[in-house]
Amino acid sequence: MKVNYLLIGIIVGSLLLFTFVYPQGVNDGIDYLNWKLEIGNWKLSHVPNVPFRLGLDLLGGTHLVYQADLSKSDNKSDAMQGVRDVIERRVNFFGVAEPLVQVSGQDRLIVELAGINDVSQAIKLIGETPFLEFKETKADTQAILDAQQKGQRLNEDPLQATGLNGKHLKRAAVVFDQQTYQSQVSLELNEEGAKLFAEITKKNLGKIVAIYLDGVPISTPVVQSEIKDGNAIISGKFTPAEVKLLTTRLNSGALPVPISLISQQTIGASLGAESLSKSLKAGIYGLILVALFMILFYRLPGVVSVVALAIYVLIVLTFYKLIPVTLTLAGISGFILSLGMAVDANVLIFARMREELKAGKSIRASMHEGFSRAWLSVRDSHVTTLIGAFVLYVFTTSIVKGFALTLGVGVLTSLFTATVVTRTLLNLFSGQKFENKKWLF
Amino acid sequence: MNKIYTIMFWFSVLLATIAVVATLILGLNLGVDFKGGSVIELEFLNGRPEVESIQKALFDFKELTLTPFGSSGLMIRTGELSEQNHQDVLNKIKLVFPASGLEERKFDSVGPLIGNELKNKSVIAIIWVLLGVIIYIATVFRKLSRVLPGWAMGIAAIVALVHDVVIPTGIFALLGHFYGIEISAIFVAAALTVLGYSVSDTVVVFDRVRENVLKGGVKDSFGAVVHKSIMQTLTRSLNTTFTTLLSLVAIYLFGGESIKYFALALIMGIFLGAYSSIFVASPLLVWWNKGGGRYG
Repeated sequence: MKVNYLLIGIIVGSLLLFTFVYPQGVNDGIDYLNWKLEIGNWKLSHVPNVPFRLGLDLLGGTHLVYQADLSKSDNKSDAMQGVRDVIERRVNFFGVAEPLVQVSGQDRLIVELAGINDVSQAIKLIGETPFLEFKETKADTQAILDAQQKGQRLNEDPLQATGLNGKHLKRAAVVFDQQTYQSQVSLELNEEGAKLFAEITKKNLGKIVAIYLDGVPISTPVVQSEIKDGNAIISGKFTPAEVKLLTTRLNSGALPVPISLISQQTIGASLGAESLSKSLKAGIYGLILVALFMILFYRLPGVVSVVALAIYVLIVLTFYKLIPVTLTLAGISGFILSLGMAVDANVLIFARMREELKAGKSIRASMHEGFSRAWLSVRDSHVTTLIGAFVLYVFTTSIVKGFALTLGVGVLTSLFTATVVTRTLLNLFSGQKFENKKWLF
Repeated sequence: MNKIYTIMFWFSVLLATIAVVATLILGLNLGVDFKGGSVIELEFLNGRPEVESIQKALFDFKELTLTPFGSSGLMIRTGELSEQNHQDVLNKIKLVFPASGLEERKFDSVGPLIGNELKNKSVIAIIWVLLGVIIYIATVFRKLSRVLPGWAMGIAAIVALVHDVVIPTGIFALLGHFYGIEISAIFVAAALTVLGYSVSDTVVVFDRVRENVLKGGVKDSFGAVVHKSIMQTLTRSLNTTFTTLLSLVAIYLFGGESIKYFALALIMGIFLGAYSSIFVASPLLVWWNKGGGRYG
């Protein structure tokens, strides 16, 4: 007998996929075997467990969108990268599993925190990150200040930015002034910052270089000499506690540009869990309904297509774990929808097969005709769905992206399972002994 | 052509007209993700206090709309809330109703800027899908155009596609007006999926028409050939639509509140996608062809 490699491949492959998709169940089985067999010290080891990645709407958590003000920044992408790094450090600081901090477009930052209880606290921590900036006097500084005393030119800033800001900060530390015993904050600048600072202090010798924090001047020292080593001191009337807090905040990250929160979407953990169990339930019912229909309507080929559908589910779930696809509510509905569409190719093929059988052909010939003549329709009907899924993925926001990705992966996978897998399995029933059991088809 | 086609076609035209009029007059009830603003979804684990008394407690906050939902839920809609104001609202309710078991299930706050961006992005996405579909139709029907005028098939398919999107849109305008159901970002996904589905269904029917014309020559009237093709593809159309609808109905029934109406939009769109291939695209093709009279 000819060895059917394709069939063996499908069976072995499915078993492997099953182990990958549902390792908990396999591990339970291994535990049971280990306990039953007890062959000395030899034990079956567990299979690794790669979890599904769940989205915020299933896990509970918050999706924040910040807008950065880049109007004063020369290198916009550098500034955004700086904001990203700082906020990532901030976010890591209060320990959330797998936080997402990413730049979106030119001046947006997306922060996703999953499974967090106190969103308000998190927003505070992110938002409170100080924005540090050095400013110098300009030609008409005195004129503006004088006018402002009389209540004029109030909207003008008497000082101008120097380009030196929080992103040039290497480290901040609490120090004490040797003479006054006042606590101060010492700033150590990085290489680029030190160079800038040397230029600024040289240019502004005898003038004020103000240090601003979150847009408020906190220290306005007069430059005594050119400073080349990149060390600056913020002195002022601070209490020791204030100095300490300021230092911690500066160290955890000073933002290169100011940001503001423009969108927040928060989902409570209980709602997330509820959505997850509901969508799983919907998926299982969807699968059962489709399977029942296929078996009732197409009999033996129907059973085969249901097996193919099961393999389809295994493959798709494996993709979800490998890529990995972040499963959101919309994503799971895309998956469930794709269950219905996955059998579409089978429906097309089986319909053709029946026509051929009715025309009096043998089962083997009908199968062959069914597959080859339905192929064009199968391909055509998948292309438009793929166009839709592709555009959705490229042009839309994260909620819709999840749907597009699961739908797209589903449509591609079903092309394979509905043709190759179904055909291989169906070939098992094309032998001579089935020729007089046409009622099965 | 059979009389049923004419009747159903004009019925479709009527429905689509009503849908357009309803959408124009009532407008779509857009969700906060398009409009900008904030929605707080609350659940009172120990039973919801009277909505009026909550309203009274929140007197300080302007322009809040309170809508109860389910047995113990409450939706609060407002303009864009800062995080501080959001916490103030929650704390106020907790203070006035300490025993209500208040739990915040969801909070969405979207700036008008983001909302507008989403609108633009959605429109762009729809335009791209339409473009993609038109290019697809042109390529597919190029092969058929030796048999049938390509533009007639293209236009027939596009009219059917517009029909499939316009009618659900009209229904959601009505649902939005009478039941306050909102259109959120995910509806764009539904619309685009329906666009793809609708065309592929029409293509399957027209593909069969071509095959039959080539095979049968001109011995039947063109209307009869189209009818025969529809009957041949009917089982397939019904079965595919049916299996897809089965999984959608599962989402509608069991998937939970937040994707229920998304599933409903898809159910309508996909049903119409199959329906319109038969009763909108096919009659159009036949009538157009009567004018020219050459197809073989």
